[in-house]
Amino acid sequence: MTDGDTVDVLRISGLTLDLGGARILGGVDLALQPGRIHGLAGESGSGKTMTGLATLGLLPPGARTGGRIELEGTDLLTLTPRQLAVLRGRSVSMVFQDPSTSLHPMLSIGHQLTDHLRHHLKLNRKAAKERAVDLLTQVRIPNPREALGRYPHQFSGGMRQRIAIAIALACEPKVLIADEPTTALDVTVQAGVLRLLRGLCDDLGLAVLLVTHDLGVMSAIADEVSVMRHGLVVETGPRGRVLTEPQHEYTRQLLDALPGRSTV
Amino acid sequence: MSPRWAPSKGTGGKGAGVEGGEGAGSGDGDRLVTARPLPGRRRLLARHPLARFLLRRTATAILLALGVTLVTFVLTNLVPGDPAAANLGQRAIGDPAIVAQFRHHYGLDKPLPVQYVTYLGNLLHGDLGESQQSHQSVLTDLSTAVPATLELAGAAIVVSLIVGVAFGVVAALHRDRLTDQLLRVISLLGVSVPTFWLALLAFYIFFYRLGWAPGSGRLDPGMTAPPHVTGLYTVDAALAGQWPVFWSAVGHLALPALVLTAYTVGLLTRFTRSAVLEVLNQDYVRAARAKGLPARTVLFQYVLRAALVPVITVAGLAFGALLSGTVLVESIFAWPGLGAYAYRSATTLDLPAVMGVGLVVGLVYLTVNLAVDVLYGVIDPRVRVQ
Repeated sequence: MTDGDTVDVLRISGLTLDLGGARILGGVDLALQPGRIHGLAGESGSGKTMTGLATLGLLPPGARTGGRIELEGTDLLTLTPRQLAVLRGRSVSMVFQDPSTSLHPMLSIGHQLTDHLRHHLKLNRKAAKERAVDLLTQVRIPNPREALGRYPHQFSGGMRQRIAIAIALACEPKVLIADEPTTALDVTVQAGVLRLLRGLCDDLGLAVLLVTHDLGVMSAIADEVSVMRHGLVVETGPRGRVLTEPQHEYTRQLLDALPGRSTV
Repeated sequence: MSPRWAPSKGTGGKGAGVEGGEGAGSGDGDRLVTARPLPGRRRLLARHPLARFLLRRTATAILLALGVTLVTFVLTNLVPGDPAAANLGQRAIGDPAIVAQFRHHYGLDKPLPVQYVTYLGNLLHGDLGESQQSHQSVLTDLSTAVPATLELAGAAIVVSLIVGVAFGVVAALHRDRLTDQLLRVISLLGVSVPTFWLALLAFYIFFYRLGWAPGSGRLDPGMTAPPHVTGLYTVDAALAGQWPVFWSAVGHLALPALVLTAYTVGLLTRFTRSAVLEVLNQDYVRAARAKGLPARTVLFQYVLRAALVPVITVAGLAFGALLSGTVLVESIFAWPGLGAYAYRSATTLDLPAVMGVGLVVGLVYLTVNLAVDVLYGVIDPRVRVQ
């Protein structure tokens, strides 16, 4: 996917994953470029989420991996847990599906927004707080200064996901993995969160891996689209081509399953 | 007896409110006027959610305390048995004049509701009545028994919390591995071994066989108690700088406290383990790891905070059980605590003493529950902020 001037910031090649004797991923190839959103589609159990988790080294215990996950030339799979922890949240960060469970219910927004800032960037309390206010402003949380002292249950679902995005972006990562970031949200707030992601991607030059089973979401903001099935990428390419002229039978089935698209 | 008691409660906010509501039925304007200041006050209090939460819980606790006195009184008087017969000698029982005088002296000749009101009135002055056995005021008896038990239970719960929570966390982090299996067996043993048996065994081994532990009681024989400040001999001795007394008190405390620890450590290990395992599966723990936080930070700030909520509940109940007297352990180690006192009073039908013990136990549970509720509020913002 390296077309000319853009360099791959994250390149996954031949990634395999075995968990409890079962093959979950059978050689996944993906490449992310700065400022571009790469959509990863596929049905439940196709290995989308595991691909994301493997990138962060957050696989369940007992998982065995093969292949390479290169972040600017460094193979993440060969790093020690300690080395990986340095990159995690700093160079690669993640937004989870359901913000009502991915934010700690008993810790204030300020706490959750600044603890990794202070850990990774060694900011002092005051500087971290200022940065947190900036971040909340960036994701359009009203009264950001006041919001720092509040708790997740005092925000709506959409706001919570914006906060989760702010947390993920706090240390200015190069790669953001967004795992079904809009699935748990009301349809009315989905568009806002997607627009925010698109905007941040353009403004910050972030490389985004957008994991979703929703091709509608995909067609709205992705630059490239990859389709996964049974632990393999069956089709990959620019959004326009994949969604209008699908090469693979499975992609066609997925598109046909979309409501209002059955005539395609 | 409840009609007598109810009106006095009715004069409080609740009863008056109901009456006011009914009276205002003729005109809705009145109701509006009385209703208007409420939201304002509520908003003001809502600015200090923790204070508001505390206020509410304390008010409930006071009402419950009243309930405790009633229940203690009723239950004590339901016991079939004649205090006069239990306390007077064989010959005196035959003499109606002596029995009548005994009954009159202790107010047993009055109707029960009157006795209850008198009891409540006296209670307000700190008068719990006079023990028919010791012929001292029950308050005096309790003021030595309660600190003795408090010292024992306090030592046991502190050790149990430290060891139990540590065991539980370690077991959860090593789930299904050897360490976990081992700790689970230990905790199972702790919960299932009968405490009195363990007490006897410990006494036999550490005192009789090995001579490591001092004998029964709270201090070595011949030693005088430190000047009374808290009633806890270890604390009082340390305050007075009487170090030999302090070490003697610690030595005497160690064995019974450790025996009591066995059960609570087992209990807390099991609860902590399952609570930590549940929290480890939560998305927010995975999210915290995805942020690249060190494992230590994730454990102490993200996992333990959430896991402590159920642990605190169990620890509170266990502490209440320890405080309300551990009859068997106290009698084996001749520990002059609440359990021993309760046993003595119950077997002699010493009603004022029994009621005193019942009241203390009730209040202990109320206080512990209140403390647990407050801790919830401190730990979990969802409890205090609605």
